[in-house]
Order: sequence, then C-alpha cells, then structure tokens
Amino acid sequence: MKKHFSLISQYLIGVLFGFGLMISGMSNPQKILNFLDITGDWDPSLLFVMLGAVLVGLCGFYVVSKRSQSFFGGTLHLPAKKEITRPLVIGSLIFGAGWGLAGFCPGPAIVALGVGHLKALVFILGMLAGMEICERFFMSKAVQD
Amino acid sequence: MHIDWLAFTPGPSLLGGVLLGIATSAYVLLHGRILGISGIIGGLLRPVKQMWVWRIVLLLGILSSPLWAIFLLDMYPVQIIDAGWPAVILAGLLVGFGAQYGSGCTSGHGICGLSRLSPRSLVAIISFMISGFVMAYILRHLF
Repeated sequence: MKKHFSLISQYLIGVLFGFGLMISGMSNPQKILNFLDITGDWDPSLLFVMLGAVLVGLCGFYVVSKRSQSFFGGTLHLPAKKEITRPLVIGSLIFGAGWGLAGFCPGPAIVALGVGHLKALVFILGMLAGMEICERFFMSKAVQD
Repeated sequence: MHIDWLAFTPGPSLLGGVLLGIATSAYVLLHGRILGISGIIGGLLRPVKQMWVWRIVLLLGILSSPLWAIFLLDMYPVQIIDAGWPAVILAGLLVGFGAQYGSGCTSGHGICGLSRLSPRSLVAIISFMISGFVMAYILRHLF
C-alpha cells in the first residue's frame, strides 16, 4: 500500500514540477534564450523563477536537515561531496553551452516532448547519447578527480 | 543592458518558481532524494532494480503535465524552439554530457543546490550561467 502511495506521490510531484516549468515560462526555449541574452533585449524573468523556487526550497531543505528519514521511511540520499572538482566546473560549462545553444535543459525538454515537439525528442535522444558517452569514456576519470 | 519589459513576466515566473520549490521540497521530504532531472534520466541508462520504476513514474508526471494543463486549466504551454535541427542535436549532446560530467543540471544544482546552500552547486551554477551567456551572445550577436 505504502509503495503505491509512494508511486502516486512520484507522479504528482512530476506533474507539479511540470506545471512549475510551464507557468514560470522555463519550459519555453525562446524565453530561456531571452534571459541568457543579457546584451540584447533582456528578459530577467528567470531570476524570479529562481527566487520563488529557492525561497520555498530553503524551507524544505531546512526541515529535511532536522530529520534522519524521509516521510515514506526511506533513508535520505543527499549528495555528500564537498570538493570543487574539475569535472564539476568543466561539465557545468559544457552544460551551459548546450543550454544556451537551444534553450533546453532536461526538465523543459520532457515537457516539450509531452506537448509533441519532435525537436524535443531529438534533443532528448542527443542528451541520452551525451550521458552515455560521458559515462562510458569519462566517468572513471571523474571519480579519480 | 536593456530590459525587454513586454516579455518580462515577474508574477507568473515567481508563482511557477514557488511551484518548483514546493515540488523539490515535497520530493526530498517524502522520498529523501534530490529532484534533479538529469540525474533521474541518467539513472535510466544503467537501470537498477527497484529504482527504475519510480524514475519512470516521475518522468511520466512531467511528460503528462502539459496534457493536464490543457484539459484541466485550458492552458496551452507556449514553446518556441528557434534552434535548427543540427543545433538541437548538438545541444542535446552537450547538455547530456555536461550534466553527467558536472553531476547536475538546472534543477539539481540550480534549485536544489541553492536551497541546500551547497558551494559545489553554486560553482556549477556560475559555470553554466557564464557559458550560457557566452553561447547566447555568440549566436545572437556574432552570427
């Protein structure tokens, strides 16, 4: 029973996340590019997305920091790494270049796939390929760092 | 710097941001995990028993959210993809590789990381913002 509630919760959180992306404008690649284009006609809306998300998130993660288990009873799986590594910086720089190229990041691409955009499908296939390339040829290096 | 006041949507963006914050908070409180989309997608490449089902269910939630928006709220999400096909493929490769190598994306590092006050995520955000700004500049002003 608990397992079913847990899966329903996963689904509903996914829907809520999708609504957040759509209402905020994050799911529109053109709006992302208008935000990243700071030297052109700049659309600062994304700062407000981050403001709203982080204000709520700070409260959520503060509550979690006082707990040792999640509400469904499972252990907490929070990142433990503290070091600033080369893969962190280089990977993020590469991520940003891709983000600025088409205006898609992973979440919005899934929303766009749901709307039926063929380009979102192609983007996601490319993304899976990129992840696989990294996993296969670069990941052992990343761990050593 | 010139602000495009017609495109600027502080209200809906703040509201949408609050929803994203509620979703990430609910996720870590109920399921004990970071709501990082690239990590959840990446986890599907090497499926682990008992983990791929919930990953798929969560992604199905995001995938079906526009249908709920259309049928329940009569809200059709606006998505304008200016990039051409080659750019879309290259962008996918870069985003996938970068998120995997940098252990996170705009949700995991951006929203969750800032909410956890993680220095690693702050470095990641600064890094992908810089290259994002540079890429947008190159595409819109040099070509």
